[in-house]
Formats: sequence, C-alpha cells, structure tokens
Amino acid sequence: MKKELRLLKGNEAIAEAAIRAGADAYFGYPITPQSEVMEYLTWEKPEERTGMVVLQAESELGAINMVFGAAGAGRRVITSSSSPGISLFQEGISYIASAELPCVIANVVRGGPGLGTIQPSQADYFQATKGGGHGDYHLLVLAPASVQEMADFVPLGFDLAFKYRNPVMILTDGLIGQMMEKVELFEQIPRATEFDQDWVSTGKTPDRERNVITSLDLQAVDMEKRNLRLQAKYKKMREEEVRYEEISCGDAEYLLVAYGSSARICQKTVQLARDKGMKVGLFRPITLYPYPTKYLQEISGKVKGILSVEMNAGQMIEDIRLAVNGKIPVEHYGRFGGMVHSPNEVLEALEEKIIKA
Amino acid sequence: MAKQRGAIVVDIERCKGCELCIDSCPTSVLRMERKVNGKGYHFAYMENPEECTGCNNCAIVCPDGVISVYRVKVEV
Amino acid sequence: MSTEAKSITIKDIIKEENLVYRKSSLMTDKMLSYCPGCGHGTVHQIIAEVIEEMGIQSQTIAVAPVGCSVLAYEFIDIDWQQAAHGRAPAVATGLKRVMPDKYIFTYQGDGDLAAIGTGETIHACNRGEHITIIFINNGIYGMTGGQMAPTTIAGMVTSTSPYGREVSTMGSPIKISELVAQLPGTYYVTRQAVHKPGNVRKTKKAIRKAFENQELKKGVSLVEVVSNCNSGWKMSPVKSNKWMEENMFPFYPLGDIKVDGELVK
Repeated sequence: MKKELRLLKGNEAIAEAAIRAGADAYFGYPITPQSEVMEYLTWEKPEERTGMVVLQAESELGAINMVFGAAGAGRRVITSSSSPGISLFQEGISYIASAELPCVIANVVRGGPGLGTIQPSQADYFQATKGGGHGDYHLLVLAPASVQEMADFVPLGFDLAFKYRNPVMILTDGLIGQMMEKVELFEQIPRATEFDQDWVSTGKTPDRERNVITSLDLQAVDMEKRNLRLQAKYKKMREEEVRYEEISCGDAEYLLVAYGSSARICQKTVQLARDKGMKVGLFRPITLYPYPTKYLQEISGKVKGILSVEMNAGQMIEDIRLAVNGKIPVEHYGRFGGMVHSPNEVLEALEEKIIKA
Repeated sequence: MAKQRGAIVVDIERCKGCELCIDSCPTSVLRMERKVNGKGYHFAYMENPEECTGCNNCAIVCPDGVISVYRVKVEV
Repeated sequence: MSTEAKSITIKDIIKEENLVYRKSSLMTDKMLSYCPGCGHGTVHQIIAEVIEEMGIQSQTIAVAPVGCSVLAYEFIDIDWQQAAHGRAPAVATGLKRVMPDKYIFTYQGDGDLAAIGTGETIHACNRGEHITIIFINNGIYGMTGGQMAPTTIAGMVTSTSPYGREVSTMGSPIKISELVAQLPGTYYVTRQAVHKPGNVRKTKKAIRKAFENQELKKGVSLVEVVSNCNSGWKMSPVKSNKWMEENMFPFYPLGDIKVDGELVK
C-alpha cells in the first residue's frame, strides 16, 4: 500500500489525518497554538474531498455542543482547542462522556493557568486524566510525541472512541503542534454510511424504539447504573488499551519518565547520560489514561530511582508515585508556564535529584 | 336541517383539574366534578351534554390531552 | 351519519367511528410531568400532531433543553438528544450539519434560550441553520423554583425579584425574537400563544410552517409561544392565563415578526 510522504506541522497533521480517517465533521474555534487545525481544514475544502463538514463555531461552548449533536447521530466528529478553550469544553465533555458518545478532542496545551501564554506546556495532565469536567468519568488519553503520531492517533482515536463509546483526547502541546516533521500519511478511510441503530439519534424508524441520547437520570438508582456501566468501560480500557514505548530501558539503573515533547527532549538526555557512562533509560507513556501502572510497578523493582520530566509543576509524578508505592525515590523536574526544558537541564536534575541524592 | 351533536370522554386519571377546558367551551358544557381522581385532582365532566357540538375546543386546549371528542350529524 | 335528534344518547355518539379528535399517537403513554394548566403540555401535543400529520416521525430528531421541559424526550415518540443548559442550538447545528435532510428542532425555555444560551441562539440564527426553534416564554425559571428570567417583565415578582423586577438594576426584559429577526439568517419568526382554542389552532399552523420551512433551506424558523407558569406566578391556571393576557401580551405582542425572510411591518 503506497503511503504518501509529506512535511507537515503537527496541527496540520491532525487536520489531514481527520479528513483521511473518514471524519464526518470538525467543529472548532480559533485559539493559539492550534488554529492551524481549523485553518488547514477550511483551506482543504474537505466537503469536496469526502463530504466532511467543517464549521467554525461561535465559541468553544458552541463547538463542543455541536460535537455532542453530531456524535449523537453516530458520526465521527473531531474538535481541537488549547488549554483555556479546553476548560470551556469541560461541561460538554462531561455530558458527552456521560451520554456515552464517541468523539476525538485534541488539546494543544499552552502555558497556564488562566489566559496563560501561547508557548507549550504539559500542565493539563490532571485536567485530562483526572477529570476536568464534573463527575466520575475518564477520557482515554493519547499523547503523541511526533508529528507522525499526531496523524496516526486520529484514526486510532476514532477506533477507540467507537469501541468504547467514550470521548478520546489527543493530549499534545504547542511544541509538537507547531513543529514540522515528515509524515507518512495513511490512505483515505471511507466515511461510514451505516450507524448503530441501538443508540444513534438518526430518526426513529418503525423497526425500533426511540433513542434518547441523554446524561440525565433523575432516579439515583439509574444514575448509579449508568456510572457502573462507565466504570466497567474504564476497567476494560485499563486491561486492554495501555500503550507505551521503552527507550534503552533494558539495562537502565535510572529511569526518566516523560510523554510528548518532554519525551523527545529526554531522548537526547538519555544519549548524553549514556555518553557519560550512566545507565539511563526513558519510559514514554503513550496512553496517559489508562496509565501504564503495571509496567512502572514492575520496573520499580529493577531501577534505583525515577525522574518524572514534565513541563508543569508536577502532575504525572503522582501517577508514577502511586504505581511505585514508595519502593524507590521518584522526583520531578520540568520548566513550566510555557518554558521548555533542555536535555542538559534534565540531565543535571537527574544527577542532582536522583543519582547523587 | 342538520346540526352537530358531540360528546367528550375525559381520561379521568390523567386530568389535573386545571379547568382550562371549562372556559374554552362555547356552549358551557363542562364543569369540574366534586369527586377527585386517584391523584387528588377534580376532573372535568359534561354537565350539559346536550349542548356539546363536538367543536374540539376543550380537547385542543387541554395541556394533558385527556379529552377525546366524538361527533355525529343529527337531523333536527 | 344522521340520526333522529330526539332519540340520540351520549352512548350513540361515543363510538369509534364518530371520533373526531384524540391526542396524537406520537405522544407516549407517560403522564406529562408539567404542572396542571401549563402551556408546555399543549405545545408538546401540537408538535406531536404536526410531526404525525407530516409523516416525518422517522426523520425528526429533537433537542431537549434544561428547564421544566428537560424530560420532553419522555413524551414525544421520536429520537431525542438532551443538551446542556442553553446549548441546544449548537447541538442542533451539529445534528443538522451531518444530517441535512432530517428535521431538527430545539425545544427551549426562556432561561435556556435567552440567558445562558444567548450566544448559541444568536449564532445559530446568524449562520442561518435550517432548523426549527420552539421557544416557550413564560417569563420565569419554573424548574428551579420561580426565579427571574431575562424575559420577566418589569415589575413582575419572582423569587429573585421579590419586590418586582427593577429595570435600573436588573435590566429590561429582552425581546429575543425581535432581536434575532434582524439577522438575515432567520427566515420565519412568530409569536403565538396556546391559552385559548383559537390561539392553539394558530400556533399549530405556525409550528407546521416552521417545520415545512426546513425543506426550503432558507434559515431558522423560530416560534415563540408566550405561555403561563401558574406555579411560578403563584396563581391558578385560569387566573394565570388572564394575567398573561393583561400583562405579558402588551409587552410581547402576538403575531408574525418575520415571514419568508422579510420583517413584517
């Protein structure tokens, strides 16, 4: 199968992949550093390529609710925003998760909190993996570390979203969103023409009961049942969907744990460390929910210490500490507020906080 | 000469006693029963059934759709 | 069928072949959760009748709001989506854009449409989405216990305007239908009522038109129904309709505001 090779920005890769993944619609709102997603889509005129709808909404509130509507009709819908906009999405995300609808949401994270800055950050980890919106729900969270993964995670995201009838988040950042790399683009997946009549709101035909897409259960006993259904889903995700990458972990004495851009930076740190004779490995979670807890539990029996390297004040470190359960020291290093750490800074931090400590 | 004669049937258990049907009737057919239904609401009934022309007014104004209307043509 | 006048009894009349009106078969068996005398029930039945008469049950998807009619999806036998407060026009946009040949309508109250949802309402109208918006305006937040709404008229007592709506601090009531009628994206905007049989018949015509307009693909059709909230206004249903005539109608006059894309002079 001939694949097409292109040089693209991360944001553009998401957009091109959405068209090729057979998306039915994109609803979005401009916000730096991800506006290229919608700009690329409107420029490409996917309505002529595949019939895909692209619409700029009046706000993120509008956009996420348009996603809710189209997802209710069983369509492949995708949206994107950046941290402050994702905060606006939270109400809609809670509703979508509760109503058990599939969709893909890309967060190109920028420095925060508040209006923040436009430079990259990883400070939305808690928001993405622990909640964000109200209630007991989880997003399946994929963290790309390259422009290639920005493209590949779109069809993967749709497949997982429909497998579990749950929203999937592609958690990336302004660095990957803006950088350009070569991408092998997959072939066009045709848009669906049939939709699962068990739940979609496409019009009640005589052969079935009416479908109601709702997140409301006035009777608490029904709401508990809904929650039990959701929890069963998340359990299955934790058992079947964990994804990660190991770099030089086989003989590692010290481990860096990082995702996304931070992982790319740490790849260089591993090289620098190995040049100095230190046996350092990099563990890169690809799914942030479900988190690769089991792997970290096992490896904590082999390495002497872990440094969680994330562009925030310390968020993923909590999940690492939970997995490691006090067996070995776990420390955090990372610049935040839009600042990006350098490979040397990470190495110094590893030496200071873990190796020499 | 023909005229319309009508009659209504009230779904007594679903009537909420709002009384909107009473004023809607152009020939003052309806009143509220002194009795109450299972939910404690007084319900509508035809006090003057001979005056009913089956015009549908009461049925269409009823917020709960509890009234069904029947009508025949009658030779006077 | 003619019969002798003198011999006719009620039993003679009440026969299936003489049935001239029964509530629509598209209304489910569930008892409506609305207060006795509330206009919501009447409008639900009109909508059900219109959908049944047009034969579009399998092609209609509706969006329910948050408010007293949050459970609207229990009562009309079509596919529904229940939206967050105010977001129904955006949800409807999502639905209509991916299923342009289906009939999509929102059913919203005054808080949903004209307070929290103002942005979604105005922009769906501005984009000219080919949807129908049914707007129930009773000038109060019924579901949450009778608080002031953006359409509460000046001087009206509610639980958050216990001394009457004070325009200088709380703002004036909004005539949102007139507002959106200014936008080129609205095709049909009308204000109706359902408290009297004549009004019910007019509202049905308006709602039928609002649905048929979707076939023309010329923009939003919005039917506002000025209605009562006897519970929130603390009156009996009959008295509340009278109060509505005397106090709401002067500020919210009934009639067409925009027809076939032209403002009515």
